[in-house]
Amino acid sequence: MHELSITQSVIDAVVEKMDGATVKSVRLEIGKLSGVVPDSVRFCFDVICAGTMLEGARLDIDETPGRARCRDCDEEFPLNDMIMLCPCGSANVEVLAGQQLRIKSVEVL
Amino acid sequence: MCATCGCSDDAGVRVTEPGHTHDHSHDPGHEHSHSHGHSHSHSHESETRTITLEQDVLAKNDLLAERNRGWLRAKEILAVNVMSSPGSGKTTLLTRTILDLAGEFPITVIEGDQETLFDAERIKATGAPVVQINTGAGCHLDAEMLERGLATLAPPPNSVLFIENVGNLVCPALFDLGEAHRAVIMSVTEGPDKPLKYPHMFAACDLILLNKTDLLPYLDFDVPAFLADARKINPDAHVLPLSATTGDGLYAWYDWLRVQSTHTQSHSART
Repeated sequence: MHELSITQSVIDAVVEKMDGATVKSVRLEIGKLSGVVPDSVRFCFDVICAGTMLEGARLDIDETPGRARCRDCDEEFPLNDMIMLCPCGSANVEVLAGQQLRIKSVEVL
Repeated sequence: MCATCGCSDDAGVRVTEPGHTHDHSHDPGHEHSHSHGHSHSHSHESETRTITLEQDVLAKNDLLAERNRGWLRAKEILAVNVMSSPGSGKTTLLTRTILDLAGEFPITVIEGDQETLFDAERIKATGAPVVQINTGAGCHLDAEMLERGLATLAPPPNSVLFIENVGNLVCPALFDLGEAHRAVIMSVTEGPDKPLKYPHMFAACDLILLNKTDLLPYLDFDVPAFLADARKINPDAHVLPLSATTGDGLYAWYDWLRVQSTHTQSHSART
């Protein structure tokens, strides 16, 4: 359940940056390959926000699909799991997207 | 902080040197009670504005991890983050390693467990300096916990530091501590499907120690199939089969440590 401390980090960062403003919503980007479960983050968000300046804030999550490039055949392809295999059979691949775990923006009053 | 599911944050983390009776307890009475009482009435909907942050969620942890990494590098300490599921033989491997390599280089250990000093007591019995971090409800070590552990342990220069993470094949994978290497220990009794079931952990390591190989005759564990699956997740990881109980294969693990230790010192000498 690392999503609890991940979500705590989100809220700590927002509280630090927003300096007392009333936060209406937070937008996160969670990549499909990040190892973080969006539903767990949603659950933790409401619990941790209680009693902070984020209480009642909405959480929006953009889930980014995984993409990789094969270093052997140079093709780009979608990567839906952690099995690092190019359709050509090579395991010499570079992950281009899907590992993001970012706070994109915050909506404040 | 979390009354609903009982999870605790840093307030529940304890750093203990076994044998010392005092405990570093941090006051958990840290309440936030901001009330936003808007008694004035607005006839219109307040306008909101969107502020772009584009900040990595783990930025704070990663910054602290880099600080730990710099501190360790300056002292030429080889730090290995040892991760596995519970019961894979982490502590047994570490106690044996400490005893077998006694005299080659100083070894210190930071132990991570939710509760108890059991593992730290086992390490302490070998004579190696050890600090236990109890994470309470936490399921992994993070960079701040390691920083506190390092401050208490004070590992000597030119040494090897093992960080035995909380037994868990999921959460520790995401948290950089500042280590130079990440080793996953997997025992053959756990079954060969673990790399595919827990890909983040196997993708995040650079060394896989396949432990308890002395039990292979009694198990249906297909080693080549395991290696093939591990390579699908992490083609670059080094895999060393060994038995911490019988000593089979340990020479390769010790050679790996010797090589990495030499790299740590020569790298520091250049920078």
